Amino acid sequence: MSTPDDKTKGVSADTGGEDAIASFKGVDEKEQGEGPGGFVILFFIIGFVASLIIGWVVFPKLLYSQKRQPVDFNHALHVETVDNGCESCHIFREDGSYAGVPKLAQCADCHQEVQGESPEEKIFVEEYVAKEKEVPWLVYSKQPDCVFFSHSVHVKLAGMDCVTCHGPIGESTSLKPYEENRLTGYSRDIWGKSMAGIKKNSWDRMKMDDCAECHEKETGRKSSVQTDKDACFVCHK
Amino acid sequence: MKEEQSKEKVKKFGMVIDLDKCTGCGACMVACMAENNVPFKEDESKKLDSITWLRIYKLTNGKPFPDADICYLPRPCQHCGGKGEHGHSPCVSVCPATATDYSKETGIVSQIYTRCFGCRYCMAACPYHARYFNWWDPVWPDGMEKYLSPNVSVRMRGIVEKCSFCFHRYQLAKDKAYFEGRREIEENEYQTACTQACPAGAIAFGDLNNPKHAVYELKKSSNAFRLLERLQTNPKVYYISGREWVRRAGDNYLKDEKK
Repeated sequence: MSTPDDKTKGVSADTGGEDAIASFKGVDEKEQGEGPGGFVILFFIIGFVASLIIGWVVFPKLLYSQKRQPVDFNHALHVETVDNGCESCHIFREDGSYAGVPKLAQCADCHQEVQGESPEEKIFVEEYVAKEKEVPWLVYSKQPDCVFFSHSVHVKLAGMDCVTCHGPIGESTSLKPYEENRLTGYSRDIWGKSMAGIKKNSWDRMKMDDCAECHEKETGRKSSVQTDKDACFVCHK
Repeated sequence: MKEEQSKEKVKKFGMVIDLDKCTGCGACMVACMAENNVPFKEDESKKLDSITWLRIYKLTNGKPFPDADICYLPRPCQHCGGKGEHGHSPCVSVCPATATDYSKETGIVSQIYTRCFGCRYCMAACPYHARYFNWWDPVWPDGMEKYLSPNVSVRMRGIVEKCSFCFHRYQLAKDKAYFEGRREIEENEYQTACTQACPAGAIAFGDLNNPKHAVYELKKSSNAFRLLERLQTNPKVYYISGREWVRRAGDNYLKDEKK
């Protein structure tokens, strides 16, 4: 029975015997010895890069399905013609609740007939106004069921601008595709465009942490016994 | 803006229930179930795993006929403030998930369903049995989904739920007040569903700190008591009864012990 020790002894004895070529052979042996190690590192790097690409590029593409809005709405065009900015169409109800996306009746006030040249308007008038069918808009900022968000307190009391959370949507000439998370069903605007969660503008993400961050900074309230921040029931229901 | 926000008064919402007025009709329980989307089972005869945010208990004085007396006691979550009003109520102290919280601004003990993972420590800690566990996902009879309140999120299997003093009504009332440019809400703008449903007017709800609210005076009555007061949980639900045996039933007094 030969133990690993015996084998190494044998090898060292062999190389010791052939002194003359040893220096050349030694180089050769070194290269052969590192060969497999090099491959392991190479495969590791290939695998690492591949999984990074899958994780950061392929997976997000698979995770989100893209949907087009039923009508490609031009915000910039409408903001020009109305007097009261966003609140001309996105109104508060009398009880202080927020109406969000306008209903068909609101649009139909002006769009009973096709007014312009736009093919999108034609679709809107023919498919929805004429048939008195509500437009199934996809809402980018839709929050989960357990969230209570009050537009009233943010806009009326704190005097916040719509842009702070929604971004410069009023300047857009067409609606971006709605990306829906296949697992959760929520819009990509909640997680944000950047998979790494890098936030450049205040409207890049709409996760709980983003709400909490601003609440901590702006209100400075410490009403929660558990967290010493704003209480949970401020935004949850 | 920081200064503006802190101008808002600190509130302590609480309830005073007149047990001599309560007839035990159960309207408050029904109103509560409907208001808060409380799930129910097809067979509700097994009460051990029923969910009742507000529950009416029947108390008896245990005496024979001429002296026999009963009393109905509605029991919502007591929204304990804890010793010294620090908000360390029994359930908040034990929650490992930060799912239940105490707000120093309203005095309301909140339960965040999406945060809860169902360990049920809070149920064990609560001396009032005010907390309930969802053993199943709710099953609504056909078409009933359309009757659910959108203001209260529906709970899922595996989490604990309890009375929230209809907190969503407070949120909506504030929404309206802010829209109209007011900072404070009126007493009648925020009332719980059970308070409004009670035909006998036995339940009063409001800010215990606010002298303008009915509960402020009611809680000072010499007939007022709270449940298991000696545990020092400091509940925000007061009961009133002119009957001494009812007041004694509020805690575990010894037979010959003077209250």
